[in-house]
Amino acid sequence: MIAGINIYEILSLTSILFFIGVYGFVTRENLITVLLSIELILNAAAVNFVLINTYLYPDLLQGAIFSIFIIALAAAETALAIAIIINLYKLIYSVEVKDTETMKY
Amino acid sequence: MEAILFYILAALMIIFAVASVTSRKILRAVIYLLFVLVCIAGLYFLINYNLLAAIQLTVYGGGVIVLFIFSVLLVHHVELELEKTSLKRKIIAGFLSLLGLGITLWTILTYTFKTASTSYSSIEVKDIGFKLLSYEDGGFILPFEVISVLLVAVMIGAIIIAKGKKLKEN
Amino acid sequence: MDFNYTILIPLIPLALFVILGIFSKKIPPSISGWIGSIGLGTTFVLSWYTAYTYFLGGKVDGVYQTFIYKYTWLNFTDNLHIDMGVLIDPISVMMLVVVSTISFMVHLYSRGYMKGDDGYTRFFSYLALFSFSMFGLVLATNLFQMYIFWELVGVSSFLLIGYYYTKPSAVAAAKKAFIVTRFADLGFLIGILLVSYYAGTFDFQEINNLQGSIITSWAATSFMGLSVFTWGLILIYMGGIGKSAMMPFHIWLPDAMEGPTPVSALIHAATMVVAGVYLVARLFPAFYFVEDGFALQIVAYIGAISSLVAAVIAITQTDIKRVLAFSTMSQIGYMMLALGVSKYDGHEGLGFMASMFHLFTHAMFKALLFLAAGSVIHVVHSNYLKDMGGLRKYMPITNITFLIAALSIAGFPGFAGFFSKDEILAAAYENNMLIYVSSVIVAGLTAFYIFRLYFGIFWGKNKEYEHTPHESPWSMTVPMLFLAFMSIAGGYFHFSEYISADKIPFQSHLDIPLAAIATSIGLVGIILAFIFYKKENNLPERFAQSFGVFYKWTYHKFYFDELYLFITKKILFGVVGFSAAWFDKYIVDGTMIGIGNVTVAISNKIKGLQSGKFQDYAMSFIGGSVVIAMVIFYLWIN
Repeated sequence: MIAGINIYEILSLTSILFFIGVYGFVTRENLITVLLSIELILNAAAVNFVLINTYLYPDLLQGAIFSIFIIALAAAETALAIAIIINLYKLIYSVEVKDTETMKY
Repeated sequence: MEAILFYILAALMIIFAVASVTSRKILRAVIYLLFVLVCIAGLYFLINYNLLAAIQLTVYGGGVIVLFIFSVLLVHHVELELEKTSLKRKIIAGFLSLLGLGITLWTILTYTFKTASTSYSSIEVKDIGFKLLSYEDGGFILPFEVISVLLVAVMIGAIIIAKGKKLKEN
Repeated sequence: MDFNYTILIPLIPLALFVILGIFSKKIPPSISGWIGSIGLGTTFVLSWYTAYTYFLGGKVDGVYQTFIYKYTWLNFTDNLHIDMGVLIDPISVMMLVVVSTISFMVHLYSRGYMKGDDGYTRFFSYLALFSFSMFGLVLATNLFQMYIFWELVGVSSFLLIGYYYTKPSAVAAAKKAFIVTRFADLGFLIGILLVSYYAGTFDFQEINNLQGSIITSWAATSFMGLSVFTWGLILIYMGGIGKSAMMPFHIWLPDAMEGPTPVSALIHAATMVVAGVYLVARLFPAFYFVEDGFALQIVAYIGAISSLVAAVIAITQTDIKRVLAFSTMSQIGYMMLALGVSKYDGHEGLGFMASMFHLFTHAMFKALLFLAAGSVIHVVHSNYLKDMGGLRKYMPITNITFLIAALSIAGFPGFAGFFSKDEILAAAYENNMLIYVSSVIVAGLTAFYIFRLYFGIFWGKNKEYEHTPHESPWSMTVPMLFLAFMSIAGGYFHFSEYISADKIPFQSHLDIPLAAIATSIGLVGIILAFIFYKKENNLPERFAQSFGVFYKWTYHKFYFDELYLFITKKILFGVVGFSAAWFDKYIVDGTMIGIGNVTVAISNKIKGLQSGKFQDYAMSFIGGSVVIAMVIFYLWIN
């Protein structure tokens, strides 16, 4: 609970962050920068969980604990994604998105 | 006092997020993300959730970002300018994002949240710990164990994938 | 009296057709010839026996009785049903005699004529099929059964004309015959449907019933000024015009001479072509009473015109079979006009009797003429007059039989043709002067052209032949001799005591003045032919040149074939066919191809969605979820 801030402002903040991440995910040309945008999205979600927990249900702790899991999951997923990117790099010597378009019509 | 801090943090978050998403140089995008993550950790501090702030800083700042920087160095010429996205894509993506944002904001703002009465309590590490390992109702022991297994799996998977052909030849 | 054995008469040829058709490869030719001849000989005996018992003992109260044996084949309603059966009445018994006699003679003749031919057994099976169809037609009890056998006869004719199927001209002739008669049968079918719909029945007895629905109430429904039944009868007669080669559907008959000569003798002289005459005779009460005989007048005029035009064309033709074909057309015109001018009661129905009498005698002498012509062609190996001459020295029997038949057709007193032609002229004289005058002219022309043939073949120039001509074998000359006998003796039947329009016998007598006029015209024709053709001279050429253009027109059969060909090729194929083909190719096909093209175009546009860029997929995902969110919130608000 932050004194002086109501929940609406906080939730708007996380929504803005989320959609900035979405924009980045759709727009970016490099696989690693796409991962960056994914990180933004996940973080926005985690903040959302925690904030709703503290503002609406301060007695329970589900939101708080779940955000720990989110962070763990995000880290794991990033690691795996980087591994895949490195493997792909060894194959096609590029991490551009436009070189991964082989599965088209 | 906290409100002002919050506003500053919020502004910084948004600016750095936009910068990260639109930057033409990879390393700068990564560093901007780092800043965003640090601001989020600041937000956690503001609501007295110290554990998560610490976890955020450690895991993200110390782990994920480092991972990103290493991978960038591995696969990229750091000075290389990223390609420009086509304008058409930017417009469509921007439009979609704004649309989505509009709906989300509108949903949020038209709903009356039943905020709990102001209780300035912090979330203790002890409570989190208990909750994580408790067997009773509302206990998170199972997700905890599952996450551990997942982490092991991810570790092994990452090693195998990153090793690639060499592992297969052996 | 019981006539149910007459069902054997069509069934024996049917069995022959099936056996000879199935085993055509295994039966050696001589045996198939004998089988065919014996089978038809049996029907010959049965038919004459039937005629003997019927005509000499069939009268009740002086009226010939009708015997019907039938079973219901297709039942539409209580009144409207198609039967299959056998109808025995004077004209059908007479036709049985005619068909079986000629068919038997042709079978015997073909054993000699077709000897050595590859398809010998096939020929006899086709002949058997034809005999079956013709018997079925003659014995039909209702319109629909007659139509079925009518078409079957057309099929047999097609098969037999196209018998030499390797010759393109024969194939074309067969096709032409079938198509022209089929087109005429379209009118026949529509006529049948009209008549049966308004009368409620197909049955001949019902249609001809003097108290029946047609004859008493034909004026009830009318269309464009004429009764519906008149239209129906005219359309039915259209079928008769086609099958009997009357104008304007006569174009197939000269070409049908491409078939073997026995076929021409059987089908295109004596039996199939008189099917039209038989049809009108079968429906005669309906033709006479409906609309006071309007349809009957059409019959008369078409017959008269056809007989005149055909006689004129026959004068100039050089192919002997074609002369005989046009002669057939002319004589059938006589039969039609005799029916057309006839009335109904007793002596008034002289025309009807004369027509049937002429049918009988014509079958005998025309078949004989064709068989003799075939005998000549068989020996000379050519159909054309220019390749013949002076054959009387080499072929005496053929000479004498041809002469007898020629005298009969010319109406020389004492021969059968004289008696029947006299009755026709008497009937025309009593009822329609114009037709009488035209018929007398035709009689003269007939005598001229037939003796032109006779003198041209057997007298005329003394031609040098490569192979010395010889008389035909006995298998061919015996039938000719029998038919020659019938061409004389056939005239001495008192036909009016057997055949009449109201089935009551009456007395007819020879009208001496009319007979004298006809005989003198005939003699004029014979003498002219004698002068022109007995010895070789150039009188015919000078005569032809003096007629100039008219001669050319007549020689080309008044360009009817060219006219029809023009109509079908330029107008039907060129305009109708062309536009139909254009429509089919560009619009119908175009639509289908267009649908395909549209599908391909849409697919080309849509397949961009599967671009392989995961960011596009993500965009679609987000866009979709945004839309769903909008929808849900909209519903949530309301």
